[in-house]
Amino acid sequence: MKLSDEQVKHIAWLARLAMSQAEVERFKLQLSHILENFEILQEVDTTDVLPATQTTASQNVFREDNTAESYPQQEILANAPNREENCFKVRAILE
Amino acid sequence: MNELCELTIHEAHQLLQQREISSVELTESTLQRIAETEDRVHACLTITNDLALEQAALADACANEGQAEALTGIPVLVKDLICTTGIRTTCGSRMLETFVPPYDATVIEKLKAQKAVIIGKTNMDEFAMGSSTEHSAFFPTHNPWDLDRVPGGSSGGSAVAVATDQAIYALGSDTGGSIRQPAGFCSVVGLKPTYGRVSRFGLVAFASSLDQIGPLTKDVTDCALVMNCIAGHDARDSTSARYPVPDYTTQLVPDLKGLRIGIPQEYFVEGMQGEVRETLETAINKLQEIGAAIDWKASLPSTRYALAVYYILAPSEASANLARYDGVKYGFSAVKASSVIDATEKTRQLGFGTEVKRRIMLGTYALSAGYYDAYYVKAQKVRTLIRQEFDQAFQEFDALVTPTSPTVPFRLGEKLEDPLQMYLSDVCTLPINIAGVPAISVPAGFADGLPVGMQIIGKPFDEETILRIAFAYEQATDWHKKRPPLQ
Repeated sequence: MKLSDEQVKHIAWLARLAMSQAEVERFKLQLSHILENFEILQEVDTTDVLPATQTTASQNVFREDNTAESYPQQEILANAPNREENCFKVRAILE
Repeated sequence: MNELCELTIHEAHQLLQQREISSVELTESTLQRIAETEDRVHACLTITNDLALEQAALADACANEGQAEALTGIPVLVKDLICTTGIRTTCGSRMLETFVPPYDATVIEKLKAQKAVIIGKTNMDEFAMGSSTEHSAFFPTHNPWDLDRVPGGSSGGSAVAVATDQAIYALGSDTGGSIRQPAGFCSVVGLKPTYGRVSRFGLVAFASSLDQIGPLTKDVTDCALVMNCIAGHDARDSTSARYPVPDYTTQLVPDLKGLRIGIPQEYFVEGMQGEVRETLETAINKLQEIGAAIDWKASLPSTRYALAVYYILAPSEASANLARYDGVKYGFSAVKASSVIDATEKTRQLGFGTEVKRRIMLGTYALSAGYYDAYYVKAQKVRTLIRQEFDQAFQEFDALVTPTSPTVPFRLGEKLEDPLQMYLSDVCTLPINIAGVPAISVPAGFADGLPVGMQIIGKPFDEETILRIAFAYEQATDWHKKRPPLQ
């Protein structure tokens, strides 16, 4: 599986990672090499095998919908790079 | 007597209970050891001297009233991806360099409930992605047995801290070998519990279906004591198991009569160093001497697919988990950007290191339209087969024994430019996370003066049996008493 420049840039876009052309070149080679090694899985017969999403036997886990104390607003906001009053500050979404 | 920091948990506990030593003295001894050794090994990211001594004084008050529990007053270092209130938790990443959690992980709450003394946070591969601790955004950690070699990873800081007596024990996390491989490389004991045995609440997520927190200790008894504290159900982690927690120390008996141990041939892989193989064979013969029935012909045929399964599933889960780092709520945020999307992209470009980006890219690719079935779902199906083979093997055997890693610790820089070679370092530990079963690495000797670890794999929620095997082996050998020549 050889990736193209366009494929690497598309994956980077999906992952919201800005990337220099040097990084694109580097990842193209490395990811292609790694993906080639994954092709070994195609030789495994998985007809009628169910995919495992986890290893515990548990199904859905429910709990009572009780109210409980949450964290103080100021503590949660303390790590925010940008804030205004009691809000996270973000860039304008609409032009 | 040797320095206090060289004590194990159970030795220190006894002395604390008898009031022969105080927690403050013990804590000062570990802080002193950190000061003496840190310029050579670089195991720690944050040291909390003042806070530690305050906690030690409180623990002493508790001990004076005769209320010391197993971990009361004992200094511990914590891998820097386990949240600690008021103590920065960086994950070894620029992205979280200044992040100070507003809450404690459940394991930290449990340690604090016993009045443990937290002395700091340890270095690690960024977001636990790596096998050498070279992917820390801050600095690499060095192996105390040979400072030119890696300590393993990603919990390399925790393993080195225990090996050099910077702490009496440490916590790590293990997604594909991140406790066991560094434990093996540094000649300490490291346990990855069954998935669901220890709460993941407050553990910064890497791959949620694989991550577990576990102890790194100087001996097996200490490992059992830490498990007694941290294991158990937690309503805040819905994947944590409701099974009762046994007293893990009760099965620590020095013989293996009646136990059947399988040696899966597939783990003695191509590319395995001859001396590692020989060291392991000697260790396995010792298990036989002390009573175990050994079958050298056990087989887990799908082992050869584990690497591919792991490096599809773990990066896929990581790419989803790490989507949260957008520079808005916490963490690094790129200042110069023209739009919301530009800001997100630049934040992630500058905040993440190369290995993290590589895994996010791999995972995003495996989950993307057109490739999801061929990679992600296929890997999940092979995961089912790998787990089934373990279940079948455990109908015949009480435990399986393998090397922890196919090689001794490698040189710093040796595998940095070849990610696939780095990934192969975990070839013996990855299948265990895929299957969700428990495994422990114990010191099993030395090859060319470098540590070799033995991995003992158990049935789901049967940590007791692998601890028993590890304990009996430890009683019959003295590898765990060897300390690196660092002074």
